[in-house]
Amino acid sequence: MASANPLSWWRGFLALPNDNLAKTLGVAFLVALICSLLVSITAVALKPLRDANRLADSAAHITGMLEILGAGLPDTHFVDLATGAYVDHDPGTRTDLPEERDLAGLGSREDVATVFELRDGGKLKLVILPVRGTGYQSTLKGYLALEADLNTVAALSFYAQEETPGLGARIAESAWQALWPGKRLADAEDVIRIEVVKGAGAGVHQVDGISGATRTGTGITNLMRFWLGPDGYGPYLQRLRKEAGR
Amino acid sequence: MSDRLRTLIDPILVANPVTLQVLGICSALAVTTSLATALVMSAALIFVLTLSSGVISLIRNHIPRSIRLIVQITIIASLVIVVDQMLQAYLFAMSKRLSVFVGLIVSNCIVLGRAEGFAMHNRPGASLLDAIGNGLGYALILAAIGTVRELLGAGTLMGFTVLPTTAHGGWFTPWGLMALPPSAFFLLGLLVWAVRAIRPEQAEPLRESPDVEAPR
Repeated sequence: MASANPLSWWRGFLALPNDNLAKTLGVAFLVALICSLLVSITAVALKPLRDANRLADSAAHITGMLEILGAGLPDTHFVDLATGAYVDHDPGTRTDLPEERDLAGLGSREDVATVFELRDGGKLKLVILPVRGTGYQSTLKGYLALEADLNTVAALSFYAQEETPGLGARIAESAWQALWPGKRLADAEDVIRIEVVKGAGAGVHQVDGISGATRTGTGITNLMRFWLGPDGYGPYLQRLRKEAGR
Repeated sequence: MSDRLRTLIDPILVANPVTLQVLGICSALAVTTSLATALVMSAALIFVLTLSSGVISLIRNHIPRSIRLIVQITIIASLVIVVDQMLQAYLFAMSKRLSVFVGLIVSNCIVLGRAEGFAMHNRPGASLLDAIGNGLGYALILAAIGTVRELLGAGTLMGFTVLPTTAHGGWFTPWGLMALPPSAFFLLGLLVWAVRAIRPEQAEPLRESPDVEAPR
């Protein structure tokens, strides 16, 4: 074992009894090293493919959503979330969110978001906003489609979530998502009222929660409040309203 | 039959890990709503089981007893992550349907059971055959349950219409229960019953009723 030759050192290591402390630590280290290399290499090598799949999946999701709504192809815009103005490109920068304003549990949010607008002869028909937030045990990602009044939900659909199968995961089912169209976001005083409630919801601002998935429902309420609020699409929606002269 | 062949064939028919040892039934219930998901899940399990058994058998003489389970699980878990990533990269739609259940292969008792019960004491060749045999045994049961559930629950096989359903102008009313997890329990129970009726030696011995003192 004292030899300088690495090969005979390796043989000496293998010849150690299995209950030897050095051998136990050595085997544990080697197994961990080789396994972590295997996992890392696979993860890095396949990342472009996985990302492309996710992107294609979310694109197919928007297309499917528009088909259901019977609408055509939307225009894509980059929007500076702080001012609500269109910008030419996405610099990829992010802003940290202080805890008391981080309703959706995101930590930070991008400065420029991608939104989709559907116009008919210059007149706004539909706005599709990407939304996301923390549910019970995963990040929920989806699209919120608003009608031209910017207060009526045209559709809400989640394309990525890893909530409990059979409970929270049912937010991805069309039966639950069908509860959303027609709901109103804000009341007459422009206060955001939309929420997921326990049991059956009454009124235009309430959506029935899934029993057994209260925290998933709360997560959705919070992410709606965040993305429709001043740190989310609030300034942008405000600008669109002004533009429409309301 | 030669010993080698027996190592491969026995777990498929005679000592099937699902029907004899009733192992791995969590995934057998979860992914058998259709034949396609059952087959992909089986392929993922065979991949993990075969490689983990092979690797563990190869280094079996150098795994210290005190950390052997951790070493085994580390190897199994790494292979499961690799398989999950490959499904997400190459079979994205399928990986969405299988959701968490590919990841849960880590906790499938068949994999750790074969590692601890066979690969730790046998040469790599025999361990590989044993792993493939057990994997195919699992696949056979999953495919059987998946076939029945997809056929009766949706009227299709591998997505192709076999029994035209009333919703599409046919005559067949899908049996809704078959799409739900409990039906897999019933089917698996019936299957275990059938296997043990044909091979009575597989049934667990009945426990003798405890002596009860007669009331005075």
